[in-house]
Amino acid sequence: MDWWNLIVGFFIANVLGYGGGPASIPLMYNEIVNHYKWLNNEDFSNILALGNSLPGPIATKIAAFVGFDVWSWPGMLLALAATIVPSAIALIVLLKLLHKHRQSPVVKGMSLLVQPVIAVMMLLLTWQMADSSIGSSGIWHTIGIAAVAYWAMERKKIHPALVVCAAFIYGGLVLSHVV
Amino acid sequence: MGSSKNGDYGQLFWAMFKTGVLGFGGGPSVIPLIRHEAVKTYNWIDNDEFGEILALANALPGPIATKMAAYLGYRKRGTLGATVAVLSHILPSALAMIALMSVVQYLSGSQIVQGMIAGVIPVVAVMLGVMAYEFGEKAIKGLGAKLGIVLFVAAFVLLQLLDVHDAIVIALFLAYGAFHFKIVRKLRERKQPNETSGG
Repeated sequence: MDWWNLIVGFFIANVLGYGGGPASIPLMYNEIVNHYKWLNNEDFSNILALGNSLPGPIATKIAAFVGFDVWSWPGMLLALAATIVPSAIALIVLLKLLHKHRQSPVVKGMSLLVQPVIAVMMLLLTWQMADSSIGSSGIWHTIGIAAVAYWAMERKKIHPALVVCAAFIYGGLVLSHVV
Repeated sequence: MGSSKNGDYGQLFWAMFKTGVLGFGGGPSVIPLIRHEAVKTYNWIDNDEFGEILALANALPGPIATKMAAYLGYRKRGTLGATVAVLSHILPSALAMIALMSVVQYLSGSQIVQGMIAGVIPVVAVMLGVMAYEFGEKAIKGLGAKLGIVLFVAAFVLLQLLDVHDAIVIALFLAYGAFHFKIVRKLRERKQPNETSGG
């Protein structure tokens, strides 16, 4: 029944987690530690810490690890599928519907009205990121890195991937003495 | 360019691999990277469509970046495209997770790793800030300055001050959006008799 529990557990944790991966962490904790007892509290904190040190979406990293731990490679695939597939299908179906009615004023109005919300949401995220950066690296490092990153990406049109890599190097060499 | 089948899969793989491996700091940090690949590097979609995808991805449950990867893959190459995009986005870090569990204590305690992550966060903030500005500019262009600002304030109050859930705010704006053009037309028709020049 392990395989079935993996599907149900990760399906529930993610289908109830509004607001992206981080929002489903407490729900995943509930399924993984409290309900199915796949990991104890300490293990969960460890994989969460490791997950946060690695790139990529957090929910899928946790699902992959726990799935593998419970039922090896098939377990990993099942846990990942239960995490991703339901909401991905929902998004695809909704967007298809939207595109079918692309010319209708209703759909046009909806896609116009979404812009200010997205702008404000991005602004709030920007603020959160800046705030957490000031907390860990201090205000001058934050401003300095942000200014160089802006100049590189927006003025010099350097690919963000390269800017991120440069920030890694700077962080590893310099900020490792600060944080 | 990318019209060949293998070329499309190659692009999907490479774009999603890059965004998966470079997106530190959870879901939101990946959004600007995905936009860069989808809108600027490969021209799969324009900025408006990206905004729609992002809004709906936000309004639906589950991880956001993987949903967007799935949709972009699907749009390009159907179900197989979606599979390729999602797997290249999540597998590298998922496998690293399993492989690195033995060195977990070292990694999460390492000053160098912590420093590297701290170095990327301001870059992510800049990318998100630029996106905020561009969507704001779009909104003003489409809605006019007055209505645009009113809606910014409304969104800010709901999201930040009243702490209403993202999904609910998006649903509210979408609901009004469905009637927006109808309302604008009605208002214009009512104004028309009094004004000689139609605005």
